[in-house]
Amino acid sequence: MSKRIEVRDLNVYYSKFLAVEGVSLEIEPRSVTAFIGPSGCGKSTFLRTLNRMHEVIPGARVEGEVLIDGNNLYDPDVDPVLVRRQVGMVFQRPNPFPTMSIKENVLAGVKLNNAKISRSDADALVEQSLRGANLWNEVKDRLDRPGSGLSGGQQQRLCIARAIAVSPEVILMDEPCSALDPISTLAIEDLIEELKQQYTIVIVTHNMQQASRVSDKTAFFNIAGTGKPGKLIEYDATTTMFSNPSVKATEDYVSGRFG
Amino acid sequence: MTMTKPEAETVTSTPIANSLTAGRLPTPAPWIILGTAIAVSAALFAVLGVASGAGFDWGGAIIVGGLLYVPSIWLFSRLVEGGRRAKDRLVTALVTGAFLLAMIPLISLAITVVTFGLARFDAEFFNSSMRNVTGEGGGALHAIVGTLLMTGAAAIISIPIGLLTSIYLVEYGRGRLAQGITFLVDVMTGIPSIVAGLFAYALFAIFFGPGIRLGIAGAVALSVLMIPVVVRSSEEMLRLVPNELREAAYALGVPKWLTIVKVVLPTSIAGITTGIMLSIARVIGETAPLLIAAGFTQSMNYNLFEGRMSSLPVFVYTQYANQGNPPEAYLDRAWAAALTLILIVMALNLLARLVARFFAPKFGR
Repeated sequence: MSKRIEVRDLNVYYSKFLAVEGVSLEIEPRSVTAFIGPSGCGKSTFLRTLNRMHEVIPGARVEGEVLIDGNNLYDPDVDPVLVRRQVGMVFQRPNPFPTMSIKENVLAGVKLNNAKISRSDADALVEQSLRGANLWNEVKDRLDRPGSGLSGGQQQRLCIARAIAVSPEVILMDEPCSALDPISTLAIEDLIEELKQQYTIVIVTHNMQQASRVSDKTAFFNIAGTGKPGKLIEYDATTTMFSNPSVKATEDYVSGRFG
Repeated sequence: MTMTKPEAETVTSTPIANSLTAGRLPTPAPWIILGTAIAVSAALFAVLGVASGAGFDWGGAIIVGGLLYVPSIWLFSRLVEGGRRAKDRLVTALVTGAFLLAMIPLISLAITVVTFGLARFDAEFFNSSMRNVTGEGGGALHAIVGTLLMTGAAAIISIPIGLLTSIYLVEYGRGRLAQGITFLVDVMTGIPSIVAGLFAYALFAIFFGPGIRLGIAGAVALSVLMIPVVVRSSEEMLRLVPNELREAAYALGVPKWLTIVKVVLPTSIAGITTGIMLSIARVIGETAPLLIAAGFTQSMNYNLFEGRMSSLPVFVYTQYANQGNPPEAYLDRAWAAALTLILIVMALNLLARLVARFFAPKFGR
């Protein structure tokens, strides 16, 4: 179910502006990898290049290679739609579709693609996905109510259920807890722990404790100054990164002595 | 110790002047001032009326009273409440006055149309045409049918073109082409309606020779006026759809066109429908283009593609412009047709509101 990601010498540009420079790293299957670093250092931009979501922004382009189990995402013949079916994404702010019920939101990935699905299969998929996102018990009695009526934390778990309903290989999370309270955050961190059994997970976070709690490996990105490109400074096992980093900047950042 | 305790109690029980309070006019004061102002001005007008021998002028008394109220409320408030509150009272009085002033023509128009229109607002008006009618009797069924047919045809032409254009502008358009289209749509919004009528007439005259007048030509003229309104309103509504929803759909591996059809349009359908209904309401009252492109007739015509076709605004115009004998019959028919047209527009607006409420994204728990 999960796949290995390999990034080779990746540069990301917004028109002529070089946003991220020379990133090379490997992400193991069934692991959680955290990206940390100051705002504007290109973490989110880099994350989006892993499923070609950066192309939504006009002028964004990429040099280099991203291999998922050896398949280059940036091969000229690759269909970005097929890439995104394999690599799902959860966003910073919960964004359930306001016109759809909870059930329809979970099935969105199937229904929006005009795929036919039998009623019983659909019900099974809804239950399985919502259970996977630890939301089933809270919403099982109101599956036909609008998804936007849930609380922020529930909405975010609904978005995760929606993402895993299309059974992707990899799930990218862009600061999934930054708009949530500590209890919802804990629920989502537990969920990440469970999802790790089946999926490769990459998470961007500003919360150092969260990175140390949930991730197996951590990548630290930094930027030399405004207008300069973001770079990957250090990438290592999370325990090493937080206890004994090899680069001074990493140590300063994780210990709060940054800048 | 024994002495200080009662002292402390007296200190706390003595009311201290709260430094946060300020003078305040009692709640009914503005109404009392307004009543006094009107009474003063009424007395003035009564004296003037007696002196000049003319009757008492109610309208003048109320308007002068209102004008008198503005400086007096400011003065009282200034004395009691201070400068900031006085300014607030002054502006409130001015804004309310402007609102009332704006309501006068609207209400006056509604009352006039209803009083004059009701005279012929009967069954015959709605079940007969003007064929072989001179003088009294007759009806506007042919005009009502013509208006509905031509506006409907114009909507069928304009809604797809307008909606697809706005989708192009919001979702796909980049650079000079999109800018050019936006500019041309803006220019089209300002086209005088008579020019749209001449355009449609000239277009059909190329194929059918000069002097041609068809219902469909009227519909084309109306759609020239309607398309830019539909484009602009739908464009605004599509831009209101948050990008996050589009990204959420893309991240699920949904292609762009399906994202537009199944996420963007359903989210904005309420606003788009309202915009379309308003654009219909805007063109349904057009007279000049229909007079040129569709002409007018006294008979029923259900066929858009053959023969002249009447419409309500043109019916009003012809009844008024070519009065026969007795003229009252013609004028009454004109007013009744005007009333009908206003009722149709009102019904459309109501429908738009209902549709908007029905389609709006729901946030219930």
